[in-house]
Amino acid sequence: MKSAQFDSRFGPYLLLLPQMAVISIFFLWPAAEAVWASFFLEDPFFGTRVFVGLENYVTALTSDDYARAAWFTVIFTAVVTLATLGIGMWLAVAADNVLRGNNTYKTLLMWVYAIAPPVAGLIGVMLFDQHIGPLVDFVALFGHEMQVGVSWWDTAIAMMIVASWKQIPYTFIFVLSGLQSIPNSVREAAAIDCRSSIRRFWTVIFPLLAPTTFFLMIVNITYALFETFGIIDLMVKGEPGNNPKTLVYKVYLDGFRGNDLGGSSAQSVILMILVLALTIVQFRLIERRIHYS
Amino acid sequence: MKRDRLRDHIVLILGAILMMGPIIVAFTTSTFDPVEIHREGMKLGWGGNFLETYKEVLFQKGGFSGEVTGALMTMNSLILGIGFAVGKIVVSMLAAYAIVYFRFPLGSFFFWVIFSTLLLPLEVRILPSYEVVQQLGLLNTYTGLILPLIASATGTFYFRQFFRSVPDELLEAARIDGAGPLRFFIDFLVPLSRTMIAAIFIIMFVVGWNQYLWPILITTDEHYFTLVRGIKQVLQTYIGANIPDYNEALAMAILAMLPPGLVVIVFQRMFIKGLVESEK
Repeated sequence: MKSAQFDSRFGPYLLLLPQMAVISIFFLWPAAEAVWASFFLEDPFFGTRVFVGLENYVTALTSDDYARAAWFTVIFTAVVTLATLGIGMWLAVAADNVLRGNNTYKTLLMWVYAIAPPVAGLIGVMLFDQHIGPLVDFVALFGHEMQVGVSWWDTAIAMMIVASWKQIPYTFIFVLSGLQSIPNSVREAAAIDCRSSIRRFWTVIFPLLAPTTFFLMIVNITYALFETFGIIDLMVKGEPGNNPKTLVYKVYLDGFRGNDLGGSSAQSVILMILVLALTIVQFRLIERRIHYS
Repeated sequence: MKRDRLRDHIVLILGAILMMGPIIVAFTTSTFDPVEIHREGMKLGWGGNFLETYKEVLFQKGGFSGEVTGALMTMNSLILGIGFAVGKIVVSMLAAYAIVYFRFPLGSFFFWVIFSTLLLPLEVRILPSYEVVQQLGLLNTYTGLILPLIASATGTFYFRQFFRSVPDELLEAARIDGAGPLRFFIDFLVPLSRTMIAAIFIIMFVVGWNQYLWPILITTDEHYFTLVRGIKQVLQTYIGANIPDYNEALAMAILAMLPPGLVVIVFQRMFIKGLVESEK
């Protein structure tokens, strides 16, 4: 904290007022409402509420549909997180090595960051379109006819590809800036110690990047869980029926299409607990984070 | 060493193709005639329908999304992007100023309340958030679109971090000159934060522009559609049609990505700085 501060009776409250007002109305209230509603069974037509205790949770956690969504979410998150980290890091290392042209590459590799997930989803829908999609043609060369939106696995794989593609720039930017903050003296010492650039990366550079990597892992998991909503929503093409869906997408479907307020709220609360756990892990990591400045 | 260099370039070129390829194909395909696209698939090259298609998407009423034009949606996207960024900066700068520069009994309590918003993304509380906005009568308004999105503390943390790095001597010097809290904020802190404000504005503009879930919930009136929100509508007509207007759908996608893309590229340095520092 600052050693020099103002003393004012109302000043700080006045300054905090806008933020607190927005948070109370649009954050605390809805969050409390979600927890509250998760213990009730609501009739959407008559507006009556019956207290059912943990029944919504039990129903959600034991339903096949939920289990399927949870299963897909786990695979989807794992694949997207790892693919994004791997490719993003690889590109960042290459860009860091190249001095000339570095900026051109950087620009080309960053652009996709600015694209909204649903826009990426729409382009994905086209690229994997039965009629016009070049990627379907490409896969057909290997003797498989992709049917995105019809075949569960084909849709799942297409979603993972689009979701990873969209997140690569983020990883790229962070790893590159992490690499560029490694002092030259360290690199030179490493260059003397090991000749092979691949070995140098794994024994010297990668350990130095560990904090960035952990951070990115958490961010990418959060991304795969929540921000891919737009991609999923577009790529199921309005027919979520048998298509793969993530848990967040299911909260939306059950709440807004299925009108199952209690069930959707219970699922929200389960996700909140999940996010809470992730955030705690993240902050513990940040505490231990090493800075090279 | 030379071989390594070559390998790096190959990796980067392949990476650039991976990242930009889909965008380029999307753009070139949008310049073709839908019948031709339907027959021959997505295309590289120049179809010659560029002006026609984009003019139609931007200005013609009754495209695929009823009576709303691309130009109006662009307007709405700008309102959302700028409104979100400005709102967030103002609200969070004030809050961060209070937390860092004032001594008051409930300081750390407020800090933790604000902090707690980082724990729950909008996606996990959509239904109750929607109900609150509905009860307040804010469906299909810009206020309902923008305000709830501001209820997260990322900006506050960013400015808190920055204010804490400002040397204490500055405040002491300002005080000797007789500056009160308001004076100090306006004459010292705001000018000092200029680059920080610019960096966070760029990021928040992109984040705001790209909002999707919230807009599809609370804007049902087409006059409030943003470009990104409009993408869902595009898809709906796309599925139903015999030969869908691929070109127009892709033109919409290009329009929706152009402004945030340009902002990121033009202010690249500032953008990276803001992104990396705000997430720390």
